[in-house]
Amino acid sequence: MVERRDDYHQCYEGKIRIPSGCAVAGFINKTGERVNGGTVAEMMALMHERSNGLGAGYAAYGIYPEYRRAYAFHLILADHRTREEVEAILARNFRITEEHEIPVRRTGRYKKAPLLWRYFCDPLRLDRDGALDELLLATTMRINRLAPRASVMSCGQDLGVFKGVGYPEEIAEFYRIDQYRGYSWIGHGRFPTNTPGWWGGAHPFSLGEIAVVHNGELSSYGTNKSVLENFGYEMSLRTDTEVMAYAIHYLRRQNMSWPLVAKVLAPPHWAELERMAEPERELAAALRRIYGGLLMNGPFSIIVAFHGGLMALNDRLKLRSLVAGTSGTDLYLASEEAAIRQVCPRAEEVWPLPGGEALICCAEEESACHVA
Amino acid sequence: MPRSLILPEFLVHRDEGRCTKCKACIRQCGFGVHAEEPDGRISANEQRCVNCQRCVVMCPVSALKVTANKEIGRENAYWSAERLREIWRQAESGGAILTSMGCDRNYPVYFDHLLLNASQVTNPSIDPLREPMEIRTFLGRKPEKLSIAGPPGEERLAGPLPPGVRLEMPVMFAAMSFGSISKNTVLALAKAAKQMGIMFNTGEGGMNPALGPFWDHMIVQVASGRFGVDSAYLEAGRIIEIKIGQGAKPGIGGHLPGEKVNEEIARTRGIPTGADAISPAPHHDIYSIEDLRQLIYTLKEATDYQKPVAVKIAAVHNVAAIASGIVRAGADIVVLDGLRGGTGAAPKMIRDHIGLPVELAIAVVDRRLREEGLREQVSLVAGGGIRSSADLLKVICLGADAAYLGTAALLALGCHLCQRCYTGKCSWGIATQDPSLTKRVDPEAGAERLVNLLTAWQHEIKEFMGAMGINALESLRGNRLQLRGVGLPQNELDQLGVKQAGEAM
Repeated sequence: MVERRDDYHQCYEGKIRIPSGCAVAGFINKTGERVNGGTVAEMMALMHERSNGLGAGYAAYGIYPEYRRAYAFHLILADHRTREEVEAILARNFRITEEHEIPVRRTGRYKKAPLLWRYFCDPLRLDRDGALDELLLATTMRINRLAPRASVMSCGQDLGVFKGVGYPEEIAEFYRIDQYRGYSWIGHGRFPTNTPGWWGGAHPFSLGEIAVVHNGELSSYGTNKSVLENFGYEMSLRTDTEVMAYAIHYLRRQNMSWPLVAKVLAPPHWAELERMAEPERELAAALRRIYGGLLMNGPFSIIVAFHGGLMALNDRLKLRSLVAGTSGTDLYLASEEAAIRQVCPRAEEVWPLPGGEALICCAEEESACHVA
Repeated sequence: MPRSLILPEFLVHRDEGRCTKCKACIRQCGFGVHAEEPDGRISANEQRCVNCQRCVVMCPVSALKVTANKEIGRENAYWSAERLREIWRQAESGGAILTSMGCDRNYPVYFDHLLLNASQVTNPSIDPLREPMEIRTFLGRKPEKLSIAGPPGEERLAGPLPPGVRLEMPVMFAAMSFGSISKNTVLALAKAAKQMGIMFNTGEGGMNPALGPFWDHMIVQVASGRFGVDSAYLEAGRIIEIKIGQGAKPGIGGHLPGEKVNEEIARTRGIPTGADAISPAPHHDIYSIEDLRQLIYTLKEATDYQKPVAVKIAAVHNVAAIASGIVRAGADIVVLDGLRGGTGAAPKMIRDHIGLPVELAIAVVDRRLREEGLREQVSLVAGGGIRSSADLLKVICLGADAAYLGTAALLALGCHLCQRCYTGKCSWGIATQDPSLTKRVDPEAGAERLVNLLTAWQHEIKEFMGAMGINALESLRGNRLQLRGVGLPQNELDQLGVKQAGEAM
């Protein structure tokens, strides 16, 4: 295989922001039944043309049942010296119970992949409510400050992000995602439009319990960034999806339900809002007034994964494709209907998501307890 | 009296072939330039001319032209004609030179070194004729967290929000008092504000009873003279603005001479007719930030916490730290008035040599408030020199929630920027109380001109936003990535928080 330029120019993007088009896919089983990553990888592989080989990744939920209570830090590291630095940051607030290199198939072009490390750890001291969220946030920000030498792929419980530079099917193969079993999966293939990608710039972006894949470009990035900076978020990965992940993380920290999170990211137009009945109108207007700076402007389709569910959302004008399909207790989401038909030829219902209307699918109550 | 050494600043050219001796110019000039001579000729006393162009515009046969008198002496690149004139005037008068409107000197204009962005391919531009383009905004304090009650799916607000004011577009008319401008001008501004769903500002002139229908669109100002401030006044406004300073004269008070204080102005301001209306330089109850906090909360108590309180300051060198203090003192809105901000009267040296361009002021205050985690709690309003919809969008991208228009609004009403508001002789009927002049501004027709201006800007703003692929104004506030600098050194780019043109996202 020809060695490609991006393999040794990995760090370039950490210094600039890249607009991108992409492919996204998601899968969840509502009863919490776990499946391996083969399904989502197959969906992504079918949408090969939507990526350009400069980034792909997956997030899986329910993959570490034996470490369910531990926080699993997945890290991209330049070398072992950086790993020691990162470990020192982690050790300030966490007890590391287990650590190892993430198992990969180092074949072909991936002989030069960065060091990919996984820590399972427990927080050292939690003195108040919400302290854990702040701890995960602060730790992630501290580590990401070392970017591009180090970046956090994910840090939540019983979930993991696997991402890198390559086509979706190559990254799936590299990380052996068919060896993990999760009840929900999201996947992404990138088409960054102006520079080589780097490993930390691939999707999904994850913080705490949430992970996001995103197709689109956020014209509101500058505003979103300046708002989030008030609340301790630092944009060190400079890909617009980073603000999407942090905005969702911030809104969830405000105890907001998923439908309300969606109403902040893609709020009803004022004209629409004025036709609403009270008290819905009052709430929607307040959300817009208070959190208007987190409105995501520009074309996007996103799939957000969280413990026990998925949320899919399009921008208000529906400027990106996103299709949902169901079969029994399975829900499929993809940029293209063909990806759903590929893995689920007998889908009962397939429909495009309307602009600005969130599709939220939660695993059923008891199974949610079971999986989460 | 010894003869003046100063040549007239402007020359009046009358085309005798065209002139029909209708004497319109004599009637139109507020400064008494034109006069009929005993022999029937119309003469011009050019020493009095301020080049407001009123006679030129109104001459029915276009017989008049007023030009700058460039030949006044041996001015050079260092000693400009203006400097020569200032010295001669002071040698003759012994006084500080007065002027009006905003600083007109050749300092860098950052607006003119900033370029906006547009979408191509990776992000579709949006057609404002086809898709909704939302330019509404809100001013007022925002809670750190919205309290929401009820189970998922049936959520509702758990309590009232802090008071906020809705603006249908991100502009307001700046504080201009009845006294500095005529009642008709105030009414034109009020009517236009109501029609456009925005706000106008009483300045420190008090509240004229004729403003009754416009209370919902009125900002009432509490300035150092406290003219007309009583509980009815505070209750009438939607926003209460404490004026600490003004971009045109930072650190300087105000003085409305007694001869301008006619009966109606006296009544509106609550002072005796013919008495000088003096606004001290500082508020005599605000000598520190703690004192400001007391005034903010006094006003909030007096109005039962139903109105946002704004604090307006002139942009000065330490503006970021001052603004942060103002937010911590409890202000809901911070207004920054830049170097180019206008005035009815100011010492010329002060106007032209103190302050900070509003572009820099907004950028550094926005950054400082973000660093302190305060920016999302308050609104930031820019004032001072917004000339176009492009300036407006640029200042929003630098971090403002909305902007005040003062000079631009007066220009819409006919002002020709002669900078002689302080004389009270305004031929356009704007900055005068002379009934024969004030009737030249018809509140209805004036309001229509203001509405036209703002409607035109709305169209332009929507086109700009559509080009950027942004359909809600809230996505532009502080969006510096939509700006790039041209021809600015790195340290200026850094202060503005803007990248060099050519740099990618």
